[in-house]
Amino acid sequence: MNFLHMTENNFSLKKIEISVSEAEKRTGRNAMNMQETYTAYLIETRSVEHSDGQSVLTDSLWRRYSEFELLRNYLLVYYPHIVVPPLPEKRAEFVWHKLSADNMDPDFVERRRIGLENFLLRVASHPILCRDKIFYLFLTQEGNWKETVNETGFQLKADSRLKALNATFRVKNPDKRFIELKHYSDELQSVISHLLRVRARVADRLYGVYKVHGNYGRVFSEWSAIEKEMGDGLQSAGHHMDVYASSIDDILEDEEHYADQLKEYLFYAEALRAVCRKHELTQYDLETAAQDLAAKKQQCEELATGTVRTFSLKGMTTKLFGQETPEQREARIKMLEEQIKEGEQQLKSKNLEGREFVKNAWADIERFKEQKNHDLKEALISYAVMQISMCKKGIQVWTNAKECFSKM
Amino acid sequence: MGKLGEAGLAATAGPARTLGMEGECRASQARSWGLPAGGAGGESPGGDAPLPGSISSSALLQAEVLDLDEDEDDLEVFCKDASLMDMNSFSPLMPTSPLSMINQVKFEDEPDLKDLFITVDEPESHVTTIETFITYRIITKTSRGEFDSSEFEVRRRYQDFLWLKEKLEEAHPTLVIPPLPEKFIVKGMVERFNDDFIETRRKALHRFLNRVADHPTLTFNEDFKIFLTAQAWEFSSHKKQGPGLLSRMGQSVRAVALSMRGVKSRPKEFMEMNNFIEIFSQKINLIDKISQRIYKEEREYLDEMKEYGPIHILWSASEDDLADTLKSVASCIDKCCKASEKRMSGFSEALLPVVHEYVLYSEMLMAVMKRRDQIQAELDSKVEALTSKKADTDLLTEEIGKLEDKVECANNALKADWERWKQNMQNDIKSAFTNMAEENILYYEQCLATWESFLTSQTDLRLEEASEDKL
Repeated sequence: MNFLHMTENNFSLKKIEISVSEAEKRTGRNAMNMQETYTAYLIETRSVEHSDGQSVLTDSLWRRYSEFELLRNYLLVYYPHIVVPPLPEKRAEFVWHKLSADNMDPDFVERRRIGLENFLLRVASHPILCRDKIFYLFLTQEGNWKETVNETGFQLKADSRLKALNATFRVKNPDKRFIELKHYSDELQSVISHLLRVRARVADRLYGVYKVHGNYGRVFSEWSAIEKEMGDGLQSAGHHMDVYASSIDDILEDEEHYADQLKEYLFYAEALRAVCRKHELTQYDLETAAQDLAAKKQQCEELATGTVRTFSLKGMTTKLFGQETPEQREARIKMLEEQIKEGEQQLKSKNLEGREFVKNAWADIERFKEQKNHDLKEALISYAVMQISMCKKGIQVWTNAKECFSKM
Repeated sequence: MGKLGEAGLAATAGPARTLGMEGECRASQARSWGLPAGGAGGESPGGDAPLPGSISSSALLQAEVLDLDEDEDDLEVFCKDASLMDMNSFSPLMPTSPLSMINQVKFEDEPDLKDLFITVDEPESHVTTIETFITYRIITKTSRGEFDSSEFEVRRRYQDFLWLKEKLEEAHPTLVIPPLPEKFIVKGMVERFNDDFIETRRKALHRFLNRVADHPTLTFNEDFKIFLTAQAWEFSSHKKQGPGLLSRMGQSVRAVALSMRGVKSRPKEFMEMNNFIEIFSQKINLIDKISQRIYKEEREYLDEMKEYGPIHILWSASEDDLADTLKSVASCIDKCCKASEKRMSGFSEALLPVVHEYVLYSEMLMAVMKRRDQIQAELDSKVEALTSKKADTDLLTEEIGKLEDKVECANNALKADWERWKQNMQNDIKSAFTNMAEENILYYEQCLATWESFLTSQTDLRLEEASEDKL
């Protein structure tokens, strides 16, 4: 549950609560007119009245995962300086053997429902993102929303991967903080992946230890049939072994929630990298513009003074076919001077743009850092709480079992 | 050796205390290893109630006595004992229950009278041109008079233990002889003599000798004494005595033939016993497998946890605010690993060897049942021969008489030892599983303390930070 202030058409401020309350299996036809099964999620929005704190259901609609993806892609394009919250994973990864990797598996769907709700809450509590119109419509306008998003033409605005890659390699002077941030996000991604992998293996093993004890239950029970004095003790001890064996299911289910919290930050690493990439693009753009301007200025100078320092096709042809007339030269100089003027304007604005980007991006990154430190600390503490609960259960069961054994 | 049939009794004509009646009384005392053997003190066999186990041994000895030199002082003393005369009648005496024995002897008030202490240690490798083998050092400390000295040190190899066990089985076919560790372990054995294997075997051999020492009858066995005390050359020459290979072969052929018959005419109590043994054997085997599996899973869990902790340290290197918390988590995981290791070593010290020993015991029990059946079958075949008048009636009747005695002694020996064995089993199983539960409780308590102190430290930090923020 989250409270946020939203402006709708700048006319009114509302406090709202958002929840993804249900998930439903649906069948329909996809883009290629083929039958498909997918899961739809119910998003409910409630506005809270100041006076009595009561919430009234204002909107309720169904969305599927692909629509969440569309929303996020839109946000990525329009807010490149923001660390955009990640979506829960598309496919189940880091699974240990008991968990199914099937997307239609009810446990997976349930965890995804929680993850989607978390995503919406993150967006809604972000000071900038919460004001976005498309986000507002996502929550309120069921039909036609996809068309509305596509009409913004955001896909065209998106930077091409190739362009971004090119910039990453060629940029000369990116802000040092962004270089560090990129390294950090790589490390974060790598270490959390590793952690999640090993955690899954640990969960697997722990499951094995607990479940094998269940066999004691069965055998003790059978054995107790032939024992006179030991029989009762064996039988009741066996029951406790069964309890022990079945206790692992809840324990590991809780741990999955912990894993999901870590996964969110694993995916956040990619969002961080996206911001860094945008900076590199912007910076590269700036550097290229500056370079071009410098080249033009030099050209102009050469033409004016008559010295040819740099190679140019025009220069070569002039040499080969004869010099150009003074009028032609004058025309060229004038054109160049205009271009230079334009270029200087552009450079000025790009410079400003770049500085704005760095300022805004860094502000959001600071906000993100605090959020990350807080959330991960909470997650680690919750892990400890889970361990404590597991230990207490273990002590309970084995104390009971010991009592039974001692009565044998 | 004598007319007691092909069961091949070894020369167990030992000292007068072979009966170990006091020991028999203590048979039911609730302790696993520490059953004291018969006292070497001045306790006379007389005045105690006659015990089933001792009846059979004495009956056997009685028969043997007829064959041996009557000049033997020990045996004279033995023969003159008034209470033992009752046993000459060969009438089946009611086997007294262990509980009534307790009441009569009141050994609970008496201090521990164990007078034979054995340790098995120091495995050593020996290489000869033909083979490589391991010997174990056996140290015996005793206050018994029949031993020449109070301390002995010898070296024996596994083969020697096998010899001893066979001798004990020959001498007491229907007593529950303690089991030896297996000859080979097929599964997962790469090298025949790896350290774990040797250590497990050493512990089992130690247990074997102590079990024999604690057994009221077996403890006085002559071969046992020689095993513990004889030096190398003396021991090997002694081993060479006894029924030869051929007679033993003949013996086993007859045994197989006879065992077929024995099952049909088994008395009811032995049918019940057999039923118990069959089911017990099934269950203990399962428990053995389950326990081994748990150990394996715990080992693998521990291995993964050992990798899990350090990742948090690695992560802490990229963080500033979170670094301390991450390092704390890593240290907690590390402490839990140590606690788990402790739990596992407790498991492998206490539970696993005990359960496994009882797996071997169950095999032993089945062999004992077979031998009892064989003895009975011998009698039955002779009785059959008599009724069909196929051979000399007088000779047969005499043989039958002897065989009837033999069967009775065998049955009584088994019954008494069975009770003793069951009591021991109950105690051993109970203490092994109680121990396992305790190890688990300790493990969880240690982990709990670790995580709780982590939680406290984090909460304290948060309060600190909150108050700092307010400033």
